[in-house]
Amino acid sequence: MLRVVKHVQGPFLLRNAACLSTAALPLPKTDVQPHFKKIFINNEWHDAVSGKTFPTINPSTGEKICDVAEGGKPDIDLAVKAARDAFKLGSPWRIMDASERGVLLNRLADLIERDRVYLASLETLDNGKPYQMSYFADVALTVKCLRYYAGWADKIQGKVIPIEGNHLCWTRHEPVGVCGQIIPWNFPLLMQAWKLGPALAAGNTIVMKLAEQTPLTGLYVAQLAVEAGFPAGVLNVVPGYGPTAGAALSEHMDVDKVAFTGSTEVGHLVAQAAAHSNLKRTTLELGGKSPNIVFADADIAHAVETSHFGVFFNMGQCCCAGTRIFVEGKIYDEFVERSVERAKMRNVGDPFDPNNEQGPQIDESQFKKVLEYINIGKNEGAKLLIGGNRSGDKGYFIQPTIFANVKDQMKFAREEIFGPVQQILRFDKMDDLWERANDSMYGLAASVFTKDLDKAMMFAQNVRAGTVWINMYDNFDAAAPFGGYKMSGHGREKGEYALEEYTEVKCVMVKVPQKNS
Amino acid sequence: METAVPPPIINPEIKFTQIFINNEWVNSVSGRTFPTVNPVTEKVICHIQEGDKADVDKAVAAATAAFEIGSPWRRMDAAQRAILLHKLGDLIMRDQTYIASLESLDNGKPYKGAFNLDVPFGVKQVRYFAGWADKLTGKTIPVPGDYFCYTRAEPVGVVGAIAPWNFPFGIALQKIAPALAAGCVVVLKPSEQTSLTALYLASLIKEVGFPPGVVNIVPGYGPTAGAAICEHHDVDKVSFTGSTAVGKIIMAASGKSNLKGVSLELGGKSPNIVFADADLDYAALMSHHALFFNMGQCCVSGSRTYVQEEIYDEFVKKSIDYAKKRTIGDPFDLSVENGPQIDSTQFKKILGLIESGKQQGAKLECGGGRHGDKGYFIENTVFSNVTDDMCIAKEEIFGPVQQILKFKTIDDVIKRANNTQYGLAAAVFTKDIDKAFAVAHSVKAGTVWVNSYLAADPSAPFGGFKMSGIGREGGEDGIREFCEIKTVVVKVPQKNS
Repeated sequence: MLRVVKHVQGPFLLRNAACLSTAALPLPKTDVQPHFKKIFINNEWHDAVSGKTFPTINPSTGEKICDVAEGGKPDIDLAVKAARDAFKLGSPWRIMDASERGVLLNRLADLIERDRVYLASLETLDNGKPYQMSYFADVALTVKCLRYYAGWADKIQGKVIPIEGNHLCWTRHEPVGVCGQIIPWNFPLLMQAWKLGPALAAGNTIVMKLAEQTPLTGLYVAQLAVEAGFPAGVLNVVPGYGPTAGAALSEHMDVDKVAFTGSTEVGHLVAQAAAHSNLKRTTLELGGKSPNIVFADADIAHAVETSHFGVFFNMGQCCCAGTRIFVEGKIYDEFVERSVERAKMRNVGDPFDPNNEQGPQIDESQFKKVLEYINIGKNEGAKLLIGGNRSGDKGYFIQPTIFANVKDQMKFAREEIFGPVQQILRFDKMDDLWERANDSMYGLAASVFTKDLDKAMMFAQNVRAGTVWINMYDNFDAAAPFGGYKMSGHGREKGEYALEEYTEVKCVMVKVPQKNS
Repeated sequence: METAVPPPIINPEIKFTQIFINNEWVNSVSGRTFPTVNPVTEKVICHIQEGDKADVDKAVAAATAAFEIGSPWRRMDAAQRAILLHKLGDLIMRDQTYIASLESLDNGKPYKGAFNLDVPFGVKQVRYFAGWADKLTGKTIPVPGDYFCYTRAEPVGVVGAIAPWNFPFGIALQKIAPALAAGCVVVLKPSEQTSLTALYLASLIKEVGFPPGVVNIVPGYGPTAGAAICEHHDVDKVSFTGSTAVGKIIMAASGKSNLKGVSLELGGKSPNIVFADADLDYAALMSHHALFFNMGQCCVSGSRTYVQEEIYDEFVKKSIDYAKKRTIGDPFDLSVENGPQIDSTQFKKILGLIESGKQQGAKLECGGGRHGDKGYFIENTVFSNVTDDMCIAKEEIFGPVQQILKFKTIDDVIKRANNTQYGLAAAVFTKDIDKAFAVAHSVKAGTVWVNSYLAADPSAPFGGFKMSGIGREGGEDGIREFCEIKTVVVKVPQKNS
């Protein structure tokens, strides 16, 4: 509810993120309390079978927010059974009109919109991202994603195919079945929506494991699903750890599909577990080291600002962050200088303070890893221009950091840092530019800044990346597909494409007395 | 699914009787009005501003301006169009009782049906097509040579929508919803017999916040306002539902003017084929509803019921029972199934065709005349021993008159079923899998029902073969008819796959 509203302005709000509006930002609930801390199965709340709990930490302070039930294999087993029962032929979910699934998804979107201030505040508390981002980006995009997929529910169509002979042939696009979904901590609500949307639209049932760092908003949404009217067992949500709950889901013999978003390292484990168990279908959204190419003919102010956003957004905790910036020699020094000036303006601190663009990193482990990479960068000879240290002395804050004179083969230029560290490389000729951009085991996103039509077209064509942005960055419209080439993953989320990942095609052929065209 | 129906508003207040252009209410340029009549009492309900060419010109100008590049409507995100459409759906449900009451008053259809079917049908159209708004994708195509080729699915532009009187509210939305979802702008002419719910809809469109000029509504007559739309050089497409005779005029008008795209949903004389192995009770009941629903005023009415000879007599008996039991009376009475026919023209035409049936030798089993002495009520009428050459077997009656014909073999009945200028719908009742598919695939009809009738949804394409129409409404195919494909080809330095 809007009590008092405050106008917030700043260049970062008015550009870049797909849905940001210039509407006023309602005050956050700075004293926000989590309501749901247990395991959600069959529309009910349960303690863990083991009775164990784990703490979720506020990364701004390093202090515990609360304890949450710790789901392990026994809880996953119960959740999978509930999801399987809800998927049985003749169940309320299986006999429901497709259009009614759309109605339920729209209702869930309405409820999230109703509780937007609460959810945005809770997200900021648990994740540390600035509240204006939680409000204007995370929750808003979550609502749009669910509405987008609500519209698809009754439009998932098979075909009728003119095969040879006296036959009638058609395909049914059926739900895959019980889907395990393992989501990360960087955009908890939004990643949940990216997975729920297509899976539910297509008629699947779900067992979702939330990231242990950020379980709170995902559990609240589970209760909203009850309020929206989803039948029991359709959605089940289990907070817990990867090696226990996540592994149990990936290895489960009665789970038809697993979708994972997280690190490439864990992606390997999920894929192997799927293969060793029951060959469940997989989609993987993994890491990236996305190239961002800035030509001399680009609008340099726009390129600087957008490249800054592309790497620093969400404390650098974006799989698609533009972390290898190739700047044409002619404008290199100017670009670097302007980037440093921009980074100086980036305020780091309490995410509930609208003057701060940057909150803390998610936890101590990530915090240490980022600082480690900064050290590696220094040792490898890159030139540190600004930042490079912890910010403040409480919580996991890191200063916005920029390195220039970065070389392609430096370890820290090839590995994913996942922090507020901008790396600026140089190019002087185009001959090997595409090779350099593609010289990575990753292939998640890429961008180019140029006014030249041919350069733009060639880059879009030649770069091996799932999303290519031209004179822009970080657009996450629900209708556009997103996913990785190479070791950034396989499969696509969002758009119509995601539906394929949650659909099993059945072909039916019927003998008929006489086929006529 | 039927739910408990709230009591109707017997004398709903008539709030809107003017022409709706640019989100404003205006009088006709000529100053003329026309009456709309209550078919139960034969009395005038109210007078409505009568739109003519001058009013259509204003409406088209408003729509054209609202469609200019750079306009709020053209700049709006597709997902936002969907949000507006969903809001419209919400408002319609808010006013469900009022709209259903107004529809019953103006059309004569039973209020219970207006509440449970007509209004929700309109809302389903809105919600289904809202879901398509941000999903009308183009393609990228690997053409030969050093090119990058893509297509855009652009809105076709100014849509002239001409709605009929049998489902005024529902069919108006059947046209408006996909047009708006696709980004088009609309000039709607409701049928002169039933303008009231369309005008109320206009007020909801304004309340939702569609930009001015996106939807304009011009009540009036076909030969004047309707013709003006069809002949207008700035209307990009016409979508018409009505009689085949008028459909021909509209297509000719398009040819004469600017070759505007034309989609036509016209008449039918749909064959409903019942085999001896069908579930007889179920088939007789479904066949009864297939004909008598909406007082027989359905383009897809199963108006040639072909029954296999082995079960013919029993089928006729059951059909007579159902017809006699079907209640006729005040549409605001929740127990009544049939109201009056729409107006005196239809009323006379139906009685005339009933006479022809008697004269040409069909056996009148029940009904056959006027019901009561006020209002355009006609008795539920059943003819048996009908043969293909009779007028009642060839011409669209659009009234509560069931024709039951006899057939022997499947090959014979398929030939007879197809022996018509129409081709809107068809049905087959059988338990046999081979017969079901053989009929479904051989009959020339846009919709074929197997062991069912009247099952329809905005998600499934609907339309006619032959002179039952051109184009399809509903489904992805239907909304694509409101799109114009633009192909863009860009030269690139070197194409790679």
